Amino acid sequence: MTRVDTHPLATANTAELTVPTSRLWTVNATIGYDKRVINENLSVSIPDESFTVIVGPNACGKSTLLRGLSRLLKPGSGRVVLDGQDIHSYKAKEVARKLGLLPQTSLAPDGIRVADLVARGRYPYQKLIRQWTPDDEQAVSTAMAATGIHELSDRLVDELSGGQRQRVWVAMALAQQTEILLLDEPTTFLDLTHQIELMELFTDLHLAGHTLVAVLHDLNQAARYATHLVAMKDGGVVAEGPPAEVLTSDLVEQVFGLRCLVVPDPVAGTPQVVPLGRDRHRNKETPIKEGGTE
Amino acid sequence: MKSTIQIPRQIDFGYRNRTIRTQRAVALRFSARSIAINSILAVVAVTVAVMSLGIGDYPLTTAQVVQSLFGQGDDFHRLIVTEWRLPIAIAAILFGALLGIGGAIFQSLTRNPLGSPDVIGFDAGSYTAVVLTILVVGANQYWYIAAAALVGGLLTAIVVYLLSYRGGVQGFRLIIVGIGVSAMLGSINAYLITRAEITDAMSVGFWAAGSLSRVGWHSLVPVIIGGLIVFIGVTMLAPALRQLELGDDAALAQGVNASVARPLLLILGVATTALVTAAAGPIGFVALSAPQLARRLTRTPGVTVAASAFMGAALLSLAQLLSLVIAQVYRPVPVGLITVSLGGLYLIWLLIRETRRSI
Repeated sequence: MTRVDTHPLATANTAELTVPTSRLWTVNATIGYDKRVINENLSVSIPDESFTVIVGPNACGKSTLLRGLSRLLKPGSGRVVLDGQDIHSYKAKEVARKLGLLPQTSLAPDGIRVADLVARGRYPYQKLIRQWTPDDEQAVSTAMAATGIHELSDRLVDELSGGQRQRVWVAMALAQQTEILLLDEPTTFLDLTHQIELMELFTDLHLAGHTLVAVLHDLNQAARYATHLVAMKDGGVVAEGPPAEVLTSDLVEQVFGLRCLVVPDPVAGTPQVVPLGRDRHRNKETPIKEGGTE
Repeated sequence: MKSTIQIPRQIDFGYRNRTIRTQRAVALRFSARSIAINSILAVVAVTVAVMSLGIGDYPLTTAQVVQSLFGQGDDFHRLIVTEWRLPIAIAAILFGALLGIGGAIFQSLTRNPLGSPDVIGFDAGSYTAVVLTILVVGANQYWYIAAAALVGGLLTAIVVYLLSYRGGVQGFRLIIVGIGVSAMLGSINAYLITRAEITDAMSVGFWAAGSLSRVGWHSLVPVIIGGLIVFIGVTMLAPALRQLELGDDAALAQGVNASVARPLLLILGVATTALVTAAAGPIGFVALSAPQLARRLTRTPGVTVAASAFMGAALLSLAQLLSLVIAQVYRPVPVGLITVSLGGLYLIWLLIRETRRSI
């Protein structure tokens, strides 16, 4: 595994490096599809060993930013920088050993079993006649143990539940053994129980030393699990920082156009967004100060 | 990753497998079933090919065939076996393997069992180009026909690819467009033949049936060379092809250079059919059926190039043997007609199954 002992940015071209605690960032990047620009002139940096969550309304460009960060989209102008170098200047497999991605949708080949699918994550390390070394075996085994799917290893992927299948995809990304892991709406198609299970799994990975970047829809989950929140609107970043500082009712109104209260989550103490909705749902006995953060 | 908990355990893959490792260079894992099936298919292909060496207007016993192969026995027998029948037997194995590989590449890229070159119009494109070459240019030699088949196949592939491109090529659209283009090319072919002199039309007609009987060393050697290049290329690109099955995003994230690998795979896939079509005429349905039959037997995830090649070789050898036997008891029937009539049954079964599944 590529473990960088001395911080790579310490020796890099410091004039350009505005945020020295980050391995992955964008400089004035303009990212979009063909001629349709989604993000213009975007400068975002992902703090090392953070659990960064990107939130924003639909079509705000959050997934586009993630695709830019994972080099699936090449910026039209500006750059995406990984370890002090333009991410597009690396060989494809080299990036894949530093940075992994859980795409929004992946396809499991017909009739594939769990262990075989997880093993596909070893591609960036494999050579033509060197495809199953003891390292590969250990990485696959570790990835399955970390995601709790070791018992499922001989099962057909088609037969698994949605939550189990998403764990298999996470395991495949983990088998890539990258420190940075990007997650594109990882919980979208899951029920609430499996969403929470998966978010807890991501927290485990974060605590184990991974830098995670996720695009999420649920603000309350974002607030509870993120260490760094990035709020986006119309292709630009509106606010970023720790959820406790960033997530206010003013921000939610500005970004989502939703009037709400922000109260402490009774379990975790992190900010929780409670929409105001229309008057008919108000509880008359406990009047609420509008716009307050309690 | 600051490693945390796990003590790695033995991985249960859900099937028996063999790992081959040396100190440095080699580290591979195979499913035991795949090794067994591929070995059986190889033995079948070779055995059938040797059997076919004895069949013809001048029958030979197995002993005579084997003697001739080792350069012993009667001079005339040696001539029959090594000069006349051996190129055809080798062609059955080699062409079958190439067609199987072409089918595997396209079915894998389109992620659809219908997405093989004979269904999506590349055969028809090669055919049209050859018809034009014979009828309009008037060239009949192997190299002209080979070049025409290759160019025609590639051009059709490009046209089908561009017509089905909508910010990326989706498998099902590629197949539908391919079937449409294939039908249009068919009508062009029919028109050209109605306008042709009777002798030219005959020569096109013979070629169009798809037969190995005219294959000799002179037309086999170029296919062997081309085939070797295809084998090497496909071996290099097979891992990328396997990753592309996971979807473009996942493949790119794992370091597959899709914008390089995909066009190269397309070219290799077209080359397989073009090589075969140039030497023997269109031989349909081997590319369609071999990968899927191999997959069902080996139970591997997705289609695999190697098993498809073995299956294609076994299928075409068997079809050629059948063609020779029918020639003895009835009259000569080109091997292309045999694969099309057997493959047609398979296609009907496949279409019914796929339609049921998608409803």
